[in-house]
Amino acid sequence: MMRLRAQLLADIRQFFSSRAVLEVETPVLSHSSGTDPQLDFFTTDYCSPPLEEGLFLQTSPEFAMKRLLAAGSGSIYQIAKAFRNGESGRFHNPEFTLLEWYRVGFTLPQLMDEIAELMAVLFSGHSALSPAERFSYQDIFQRHTGLNPLEFSYKSYCDFAQNNHAVEAMDICGYDHSLWLDFIFTHYVQPYLGENSVCMVYGYPACQSSLARINERNSQVSDRVEVFISGIELGNGYYELTDAKEQNRRFDSEKAIRQQRNRPVAVKDKHLIGALEAGIPECSGMAIGLDRLLMLLTNSSTINDVLNFPISRA
Amino acid sequence: MASYSTNEFKAGLKVMLDNDPCAIIENEFVKPGKGQAFNRVKIRNLKTGRVIERTFKSGDSLEGADVVDVAMQYLYNDGEFRHFMVPDTFEQYQCDEKAVGDASKWLKDQDSCTVTLWNDAPLSVSPANFVELSIVETDPGVRGDTSGGGGKPATLETGAVVRVPLFVQQGELIKVDTRTGEYISRVKE
Repeated sequence: MMRLRAQLLADIRQFFSSRAVLEVETPVLSHSSGTDPQLDFFTTDYCSPPLEEGLFLQTSPEFAMKRLLAAGSGSIYQIAKAFRNGESGRFHNPEFTLLEWYRVGFTLPQLMDEIAELMAVLFSGHSALSPAERFSYQDIFQRHTGLNPLEFSYKSYCDFAQNNHAVEAMDICGYDHSLWLDFIFTHYVQPYLGENSVCMVYGYPACQSSLARINERNSQVSDRVEVFISGIELGNGYYELTDAKEQNRRFDSEKAIRQQRNRPVAVKDKHLIGALEAGIPECSGMAIGLDRLLMLLTNSSTINDVLNFPISRA
Repeated sequence: MASYSTNEFKAGLKVMLDNDPCAIIENEFVKPGKGQAFNRVKIRNLKTGRVIERTFKSGDSLEGADVVDVAMQYLYNDGEFRHFMVPDTFEQYQCDEKAVGDASKWLKDQDSCTVTLWNDAPLSVSPANFVELSIVETDPGVRGDTSGGGGKPATLETGAVVRVPLFVQQGELIKVDTRTGEYISRVKE
C-alpha cells in the first residue's frame, strides 16, 4: 500500500509535469477559514508574544491557490493535506490528501477531458475502466428518481420519499430544496454512478453552486462538476468564479447561514477577495481525494485500509 | 435516559425509535463534499426483530433505551407464561410466548439463558449458544454408519427437530448449536 501510494503520487506528478502544470505549495495554516456551512474546520492557537491568535487548518488549498493564480502563476497543481472536523467514517478521515489543480483558460468541458485522461493514466495497470461518461445533473437525477432537480415541488419530493420508505426525509429536509437534493442524490442516485467507469456529473442546480459560476445560458444551473467511480464521490470542480463582488456576497451569505445554524464563526479570506479584485484569469479547477482514489485502486472497503495511521491511531 | 448523537451511534447501542426499543447494527457516515452530512443507520427493532434502514441528519440524536441483557435460569411453563429467575437474586420474571419467540424450542427446565429486559420487562429470550437435549423420537439407527452424510430428522425433548447422523439413537443426549439449529455431537451422560 505504501508503494502504491508512492506510485500514485509519482504518476500524478509525471502527468502534470508533462503538461507543463506547475507544482506549488501553500500554507496549511491560515488566518482565515472556509465559510462553507457544511464544513467544520480545526482551529489552533498560534503564540507569537505578546500576541496569541487563532489559526485555521485548511479545509482545502483552494483560496491560497487562487491567490497564486491572481499573481500570475499560470496553471498549477498541488498535493496537499486538508482537514475537516467531525468527518469520520468509511469514506472519511478528518485529515486527508487532496490533489487540487487549476487550468488557466480551461472551460468546464475541457477540464472534464483532462479528468478523464488523468483517471485513465492512474488506473492503467489496475482494473481497466470503461470510457468516461458525462451526464448533466438534471438528466441523471431525473433518470434515477423521475424528479426534476431544478424545480422544487414539495409534494412530488414527499411522494418520492414515501414511495421509497424514507419518510424521515420529510422531517429532515422540510422546505429546503438543497437539502432534499443532498438527501435524494446521496441515497438514490450516487450509489449507481460510475460502475467501473469515471462518471462526471455537471450542471449542478444553482442552489448548489458553491464556488462555481452560474451558467451563462441557463441561470438554473452552475458550472460545477463532480466525479464518481463505483458510486464513490472522488472530487469536485468548477468553472471558477472570478467576480470579487459575487464571491464576497457568497461569503457573507454562507457566514449568515453558519450563524443561523450556530456553527463556529468563520473568518472570510480578505486576501482572496483582494486577489479576485486584482483579477484572476478565467480558469477551471478540480480537487480529487487521493485516499478514496487509492481505495478504488485497491478495492478497499474503508479509508482506514489505505492510511498508514487513521485518526484513531494517529 | 441519556440521549445519543449520530456520531455516538455504534453497533450494539440501544436507542428508542418510533417508541420501540431498538439496537443499532450499522452506522454509515454519508457526506457529499459540498453538502449536508447524513448517517444511514441499520437498526433492529428489538420488539419485532425487524431490521430497517433509517437516515438521520448528522448531529441529530435519539433517546437511549433502558435495555439490558440478564443471565437467567428457565424455571417452567405454566401454559400461558414461561417463568425465569435471576440466579443471584432469585428475582423472577414471566414471559409470554411472543417474548420467548423461537427460543421456546430450545428451553429445558433449569437451563440458563439470556433474557433481554426493557424497562425491567422481558422483551426477548435467547437460549445459550449450545444446549444439550435428549432425543425423544427418531428412526432406528444404522449400526456402523459413522459417515455423518445424509442424516435423519430427530425430535428433541423440547419439541425442536434437528438433523442428526444415522448412527444417533433415540434416547441419546446430543449437543446442538441453537444459532444454526445444527447437531454438534453426542454427549456422554
